[in-house]
Amino acid sequence: MANNKFEFEAAYRLLENKLEELRQLSETLECDFSNEIANVEKRISQLRAERYKHLTPWEQVILSRDLERPMTRDYIDTLCTDFIELHGDRLYGDDPAIVGGIAVFGDRAVTVIGQQKGQDTAENIRHNFGMPRPEGFRKAHRLLKNAERFQRPVITFINTPGADPGIGAEERGQAWAISQLLLCLSSLRVPVVSVITGEGGSGGALALTIADRIIMLSNAVFSVASPETCASILLRDVKRAGEMAEALKLNAPALKDLRIIDAIVDEPLNENLLGAPDFVADLRSAISKHLDEVSAQPLDDLIRQRYQRLRVIGQFYEPDL
Amino acid sequence: MFKPTFKPRKAYIDLSGISKSPLSLDSREGNFPCPTCSTWLSEAEIIKNNDFCPRCARHFAVTAWERIYSLCDEGTFEEWDSGLTSGNPLQFPDYDAKLQRASEDTHLPEAIITGKGIIGGMECVVGAMEPRFMMGSMGSVVGEKVCRAAEGAMERSLPLILSCCSGGARMQEGMLSLMQMAKTSAAIGRLNQAGLLYITILTHPTTGGVTASFASLADIIIGEPGALIGFTGPRVIEQTTGQKLPAGFQRSEYLLQHGMLDIIQPRLEMRSLLIRLLAVHQGGRNGQ
Ligand SMILES: [Zn+2]
Repeated sequence: MANNKFEFEAAYRLLENKLEELRQLSETLECDFSNEIANVEKRISQLRAERYKHLTPWEQVILSRDLERPMTRDYIDTLCTDFIELHGDRLYGDDPAIVGGIAVFGDRAVTVIGQQKGQDTAENIRHNFGMPRPEGFRKAHRLLKNAERFQRPVITFINTPGADPGIGAEERGQAWAISQLLLCLSSLRVPVVSVITGEGGSGGALALTIADRIIMLSNAVFSVASPETCASILLRDVKRAGEMAEALKLNAPALKDLRIIDAIVDEPLNENLLGAPDFVADLRSAISKHLDEVSAQPLDDLIRQRYQRLRVIGQFYEPDL
Repeated sequence: MFKPTFKPRKAYIDLSGISKSPLSLDSREGNFPCPTCSTWLSEAEIIKNNDFCPRCARHFAVTAWERIYSLCDEGTFEEWDSGLTSGNPLQFPDYDAKLQRASEDTHLPEAIITGKGIIGGMECVVGAMEPRFMMGSMGSVVGEKVCRAAEGAMERSLPLILSCCSGGARMQEGMLSLMQMAKTSAAIGRLNQAGLLYITILTHPTTGGVTASFASLADIIIGEPGALIGFTGPRVIEQTTGQKLPAGFQRSEYLLQHGMLDIIQPRLEMRSLLIRLLAVHQGGRNGQ
């Protein structure tokens, strides 16, 4: 899927072209090099696969934002059945940047919520590029309380550049809406599993990522601010975003080391994620496993553990008393 | 009437407001232009006026200690967790140097002071953020101290009062910073469930991750006059949307109109308001 995204691809394409020339040459000269050619071809694809396994954090940032990646609605439709979308915050409006509703996952009823980006410009304008406004967060809040009332576990899908940075969003209480959602999720009395599928951008992502378990796709990112923002504020040079992507420790392995996420689901290379049966099966079983584990616990323990998970995050020095 | 005793110190004027003065701080010895109305003020005048401009009532930033002194009964504040300092968990470039500079400039270990104090005879847990310490940004230490303040309030069944001032999450601690939003919100959730009063005072400027977490979760939210309060900063909004910001946008008065604050209270009368609020929450009896 990402064949044209990166500069390093040019080198592999060049090699493949050379190989093609060789193949034609061997036909003209009537020499059979087909075995050798096949070997080299295989080697190239191995090298490329290896390269994709070692994308830099900045390359992962770019890939996480790829419009060809599946969006929240695609994950819901692939992993769940009977999805019924529910709309509106009952206060102001319905925010298309957050999609939510009820569905069936495996053999259980669940509430699913996530930020929704579009896959082309028109769709993206409709979904506000996946940047929720206060009414989106308030819709999510309402659906979460609803899930609690009917004892439905919650699955959230995270993919957003961040909360909407507009005048209207500020006027309608963006900060208040996010804080209420953080408070709500931190003590919601149903199991919550989050899946970071693409771009986990700042507070707008965090608002739906307070969970008993957090699963992250191998090329997804989760960051306090975008590398571009950090570069322009801290280095006064947006072109140095790559350095910041490195420094921010925003990819899945780094966040697993920091114990902010629990599990990583590997993405297949060079194909549509949801078109890859192994990937879909892996993701489904990861969600299912974690949902089973947390659902097996008494609710009071679950809430206590969710609090403890958050409570221990942070690193600092404290003198011995 | 309580009169806080200030230690002699340099006046500190924050020039980060929208109407940034073109004149530099040191262009006239010991005098400063008010960032809002450009009136020249001497340091002595600013201190005499309790850190606001006599012409336009702009509230200048005060240090965290001054805030604590101005709210608590004299000599009653007992600091908690003063030894907590930031490491550099991500080995983020330049962070160590910035921390060192911040603590040298402010003589503080981090961007918040918390502890127990008495306000009008009533015991409370009190905290104040320090605007000069890396813009009051929230990293692991700020998050931890806010949580411990909430937990300390729960252990003692005391109200919690936090004076906020912040540029948001501290980028140099990456996701560890962002998660402090969740951590502090969860702690406030427990405080709510324990039925304890929580009041925040939002001062200039309170933005980003602090506004979008513990600062906005109070039972009563008080703004200082003219304070910039919001999620996204005004410059970023202007740059990303290309829209012209309405007059007074994101200032306390604007937020009060839009339903985000309970009260706007001038700094001089902040303490007396807190005393009244605390007394009503004690069933109308004040602790004295
Ligand atoms: Zn003035």
